[in-house]
Amino acid sequence: MADILARPAVEPKQQGPLLDIRNLRIEARVYPPGENPRNIVIVDDVSLKLERGRVLGLIGESGAGKSTIGLSSMGYGRGGVRITGGEILLNGRDIRKGGAQGLRKLRGREVCYVAQSAAAAFNPAHRLMDQVVEAALLHGTGSRTEAEKRAVALFKKLSLPDPENIGRRFPHQVSGGQLQRVMTAMALCSEPDLIVFDEPTTALDVTTQIDVLAAIKDAIRDTGVAALYITHDLAVVAQVSDEIMVLRHGKLVEWGGTRQIIKEPRQEYTSALVSVHEIEHQEKKPGTTPFLSVKNVTAAYGGGTVKVLKNVTVDIFPGQTLAVVGESGSGKSTLARAITGLLPPMEGSITFSGRKLANRLADRTKEDLRQLQMIYQMADVAMNPRQTVGTIIGRPLEFYFDMRGKERDRRVAELLEKIEMGQGFIDRYPAELSGGQKQRVCIARSLAAKPSLIICDEVTSALDPLVANGILKLLLDLQQEEDVAYLFITHDLATVKSIADSIAVMYRGEVVRYGPKSQVLTPPFDDYTDLLLSSVPEMEIGWLEKAIKGRRMESAGN
Amino acid sequence: MSTESPSTAAPLRTAGLTSDKPTRPRGAHPVLTLVAQRVALGLLLLFAVSVLIFAGTQILPGDVAQAILGQSATAQSLANLREELGLNDPAIVRYFRWLGGVLTGDLGTALSSGQNIASSLLPRLWNTLFLAFWAAIVSIPLAVLLGLIAVRYRNGAVDKAISGLALASTSLPEFFIGYLLVFFFAVKWQWFPAISTVYEGMPFLDRMQAIALPATALTLVVLAHMMRMTRAAILNVMQSAYIETAELKGLSAFDIIRKHAFPNAVAPIINVVMLNLAFLVVGVVVVEVIFVYPGMGQYLVDHVSKRDVPVVQAVGLIFAAVYIGLNILADVAGILTNPRLRHPR
Repeated sequence: MADILARPAVEPKQQGPLLDIRNLRIEARVYPPGENPRNIVIVDDVSLKLERGRVLGLIGESGAGKSTIGLSSMGYGRGGVRITGGEILLNGRDIRKGGAQGLRKLRGREVCYVAQSAAAAFNPAHRLMDQVVEAALLHGTGSRTEAEKRAVALFKKLSLPDPENIGRRFPHQVSGGQLQRVMTAMALCSEPDLIVFDEPTTALDVTTQIDVLAAIKDAIRDTGVAALYITHDLAVVAQVSDEIMVLRHGKLVEWGGTRQIIKEPRQEYTSALVSVHEIEHQEKKPGTTPFLSVKNVTAAYGGGTVKVLKNVTVDIFPGQTLAVVGESGSGKSTLARAITGLLPPMEGSITFSGRKLANRLADRTKEDLRQLQMIYQMADVAMNPRQTVGTIIGRPLEFYFDMRGKERDRRVAELLEKIEMGQGFIDRYPAELSGGQKQRVCIARSLAAKPSLIICDEVTSALDPLVANGILKLLLDLQQEEDVAYLFITHDLATVKSIADSIAVMYRGEVVRYGPKSQVLTPPFDDYTDLLLSSVPEMEIGWLEKAIKGRRMESAGN
Repeated sequence: MSTESPSTAAPLRTAGLTSDKPTRPRGAHPVLTLVAQRVALGLLLLFAVSVLIFAGTQILPGDVAQAILGQSATAQSLANLREELGLNDPAIVRYFRWLGGVLTGDLGTALSSGQNIASSLLPRLWNTLFLAFWAAIVSIPLAVLLGLIAVRYRNGAVDKAISGLALASTSLPEFFIGYLLVFFFAVKWQWFPAISTVYEGMPFLDRMQAIALPATALTLVVLAHMMRMTRAAILNVMQSAYIETAELKGLSAFDIIRKHAFPNAVAPIINVVMLNLAFLVVGVVVVEVIFVYPGMGQYLVDHVSKRDVPVVQAVGLIFAAVYIGLNILADVAGILTNPRLRHPR
């Protein structure tokens, strides 16, 4: 197996860096609502060098231009993105001068790409093997038999189950974590010199991410391929990269060895990224009487066939935060649906201020509805794109309190102040707001109802770390001022540490660990909580190997 | 990490955690169930249509006996004929008698000619299917190919030319296209006959020459719709992430469309193709009349003008059966081309 994957000891190609990007400039044409289309600069004067067999991490928030730079090494621009300046030297020649024909020859041969969502990046109509060997056959790096043999060896290398036969499956027949590894195998199959990894583990659960990360790292080391590793998660990139390049707004902030960047960042922005998760939150002691109690709730989809909640019992205390953590499919969001009445429980009850809440949403009073509000992960789809911020926040005021005219406008302005946005936004449409601002408007909308509980369903998961931190701080401040309780659903344990008073760990529909934060996060742990905690990437070189070794339980989805 | 890594070992089960995964019911492959459902639904629909057709012809004013015997008939002969035809029975009995006949291949007797409907209709159905077949053989591959080319050169001159011509040919009414074809190919250049006479035992090539013009007219009518839908369906798929994957493998633009976009756009394309096939059979009335082609359309028009209710019923039922049958085919093809249904987890 090792033979088929190893590279020749002496590279026949010329010396010098594999990839040498000089003064890259990339522009895109944007069509802002209500304005004339204009060109914006996405990447401005960025230069980088990558030696053979080395891994360079590109890191930054969304809009920093990391993916754009990564794709430029293949001469590719998404949508209306165009490379307008600079040189991209790959194996010593400028790929911008090769024309469309030249680009096609290098794509899939010299440079391969691993996308963020392998589930979307695989063609649902073809078997995995046909897609894995496609580039190798196209570029003639081997016969079909040879390519398939190499693919199977790569499947083994990447610890995929049943490597001999997994290629016969269709993409929908394997899990997300497995697909991500198959995609890595696909990239390695045509023996490229460089692979662009574009957030390859971001869409995965933490418990799955760690395995995929380890598999990718091994594959990079054993095949000797060079890589551009794009991510917004510094802890992840610290595990796989030799060097790290920090980008912001399309410009280079800092470039250095991995150890230097995470231990001794020279730029202020880099230090902000490194220290991003550290919000100190003092846990509040649970009160005597919870205002909302979920007792022995069992809920199912498909008329009782698929049980997604099993005998769940949790309490929420006034003005406190209960965090619900677990991987996807563990029943976190279903718990929220049961509490809000969207999915009536089959068994068990939900009590609110001492009385039983009706199971079904339709049977609840307007007052009950007002008391329980929700904020969602995708702020932009949770708002009507054709309503202004003022209308969106004003709607619950009209609906629950019958506020009109000046009175309503005053309250809307007040709420905008609370979310630190100011009145200038009252006439804006959601499309004119940034991701963080959209989520703030959603928070204001839920606060407008003066609820006693806000259910936050992965509200920071789609945001950049620094922006997410701002949202968390805001939620904590608002809790102080308004004495509102949160049910905070997340898969991100770092977030949990910063906001929770008590924690419920969910696994396959059951609460496996529940109590005050300090207690839940103190050993001894049950196996699942241990896996969950040990899977959260830490900004420390060598963490990955240590974590893999120390695990007591296998993660699902592999 | 060696190949004996923990991730290949069986997952550890923690105490207290149950794992009752939803189990798939054993037995028939889900695709078979789905297909059987569609076919059953189609048959039910056809049954409902037969009720509607029968009820519709009952509501129409007029008396069949009167229609056969004419104004001068005596009351006695009318009564006798009604008795003979079973017109005095309740509607339900007559409906099932009619349905029973249809199921055994007896479509009744034409009032105007007294001939057996089934035997005079069969050769005409054959003629219509023959014309539809050749129009389909030309138009479907042409439409799909033009659609692919339009996507390849989307928003360019080629795309615009294809779309423009196709739209122009759809916007023109079919009788106008028909007369244009007759004017140029039959009258001016005299390549093809203006009247598409066919008869039993006609040599194949003569027959093909006879249907050249009506088949061309039909092709032009259905081409644009199929082409535009093919283009739209593929363009829709072209937004997918896996198209980018294909592009980044270095595939050429046409290979991307053919290998990666087209297979995922097949279901909507089949749907529109089937709709147009149905039109080729049931919508040919005008074209058949223009070219005096002895098919179902001609037959229907003739008998509508003679108020020959049994013939109208029979033709209506056949048209409905063709329509429903092709739509079932489209549904089944849609199911079969979906890998998620074909290969469940």
